[in-house]
Formats: sequence, structure tokens, C-alpha cells
Amino acid sequence: MTVMNLTLLMYLVPSLVMFGCGVYGFLTRKNMIAIMISLELMLNSIDINFVAFNRYLFPEQMDGMMFSLFAIAIAAAETALALAIIINVFRIAKKVDINELTKLKF
Amino acid sequence: MESIGNIILYFVIALAIIVFSVLTVTTRKILRSATYLLFVLFATALVYFQLDYPFLGAVQIAVYAGGIVVLFVFSILLTHEPGKDADALESKRRLLGIIAAVLGVATSGYALLSYARFCGKQLTEAHSFTVEEIGKFLLSTDKFGYLLPFEAISVLLLACIIGGVVIARRR
Repeated sequence: MTVMNLTLLMYLVPSLVMFGCGVYGFLTRKNMIAIMISLELMLNSIDINFVAFNRYLFPEQMDGMMFSLFAIAIAAAETALALAIIINVFRIAKKVDINELTKLKF
Repeated sequence: MESIGNIILYFVIALAIIVFSVLTVTTRKILRSATYLLFVLFATALVYFQLDYPFLGAVQIAVYAGGIVVLFVFSILLTHEPGKDADALESKRRLLGIIAAVLGVATSGYALLSYARFCGKQLTEAHSFTVEEIGKFLLSTDKFGYLLPFEAISVLLLACIIGGVVIARRR
């Protein structure tokens, strides 16, 4: 019985699909929080790519892992700040829909 | 040669990532969208565990699943009426989004297949890093050390804390 091998491509394909979903959500959603969720999907797929390339091409180094680690930290900071802004906008304007939020100052 | 269990685990992870990513961006209820995002993040953590990066998988679960998704759920509950559907998309907008996503995926997929030499590479023996090694690497000032980005991140986090306080301050 032949058992298949897990190749690098097999980790890159789910990550590619995840990134495509993120692009679709980012372009079509009108809710600001939904846009942030799509952004998280895209960031997450990049992390998978870094880790997979590191593990398959340079298994004795850990630079890809470090990149993912820093990307996770930056994603957390960015999400916290963006959600703070969204909640503040909601408190002032009572909506989170990007088509209705056309003024910079209320 | 991989063990059967590893391959089954891989297919479960890949299927979960693909299905839940699609559901995240297509569901009309925003709270469900956040829940599906949580499942995608857990599947990603499983990828890290499977590729012998347990520290990164733990960070993924702690920071993403434990922190970011909770923030999302809080802000959704603060800004939305529960159980309300989002408006249906205009067909033009949806078509535009699908075209952009499919074009991007097709281009990248073609590029991936044209580098089949790298992509067919198989898993070699893992050099699993201990947390001690990771910590030394993170704080070393050698040629490949990561002290400078580490410090830059800490400044960024400080800026985020100050920004959060300023934004959330009651006027």
C-alpha cells in the first residue's frame, strides 16, 4: 500500500483559499467589523505560508516562525485599536455601515 | 513517509480551513461569522502543531482565539442587535468581489504550480525548538537575532495602549 506524502503544496493550497475568501469578504462586506474579520483571515493565511516555507525549506532555522510570531502580535494590536475606533464611531454616529458613514466629523 | 494518522489529520485541517473560511465571508449573521473565524484560527493552530511548532500553536490559540475573537464578539454585541441579518449584497458588488478573489487565487495558484520543484518538497526531520532557544533567539543581538524587531513591537504596543486610552476616553 502506498501512502501519500504531505508536500509543501498541500499546506499552501488551504492558505491560498483562505486568502481568496479574505479578499472576497474585504471587497463585498459593508459592515466595518465584518471587514476586520476578513482582514484577520488574510493575515492568518500569510502566517501559515511563513511557517510552511520555514518548515519545509529551512527546517534548521526559525526565521519564518519569528515572522509569524511578530505578525500575530501586530495583528492583535491592530485589531484592538481598530475595534476601539469602530465602537467609538458607533457611539457617536450609531451605525457601523461604511456606506452610511460618509462624514469624517460629526 | 507519513503515518496514516498524520495524513487524516491533515485532510481534516485542510477541509476545516477551506469550509470555515468560505462560511466566514458568506454567512449573513455577523456573530456566526466571528464564530467561524474562531474555527479557522483553531485549524491554523493545528497546522502549527502538526508542523512541529508547538510554541507558535500555543501563541496562536492564546492570542488569536483567546484575545482577538473575544474582542470581536464584545464589539459585535455592543454594536449590533442580536439575531439580525445583514442586508443582502447587491449582485454587482458580489460579482466584483468574486472576480477579484478568483483572479487573485488563479494567478497565485498558477505561480505555485510553476514552482512545483519547491512545492513537491517533502518533510525532512524536524528540529524542534525549545522555548529556551526561542527566547535566546528573540533577544540576541547577533547577525540573525531579533532584538530590534522585539523592541520595535514593544514600542508599537505602547503606542496602541496610549491610542486605546485616548480613543476610549469619555469626552
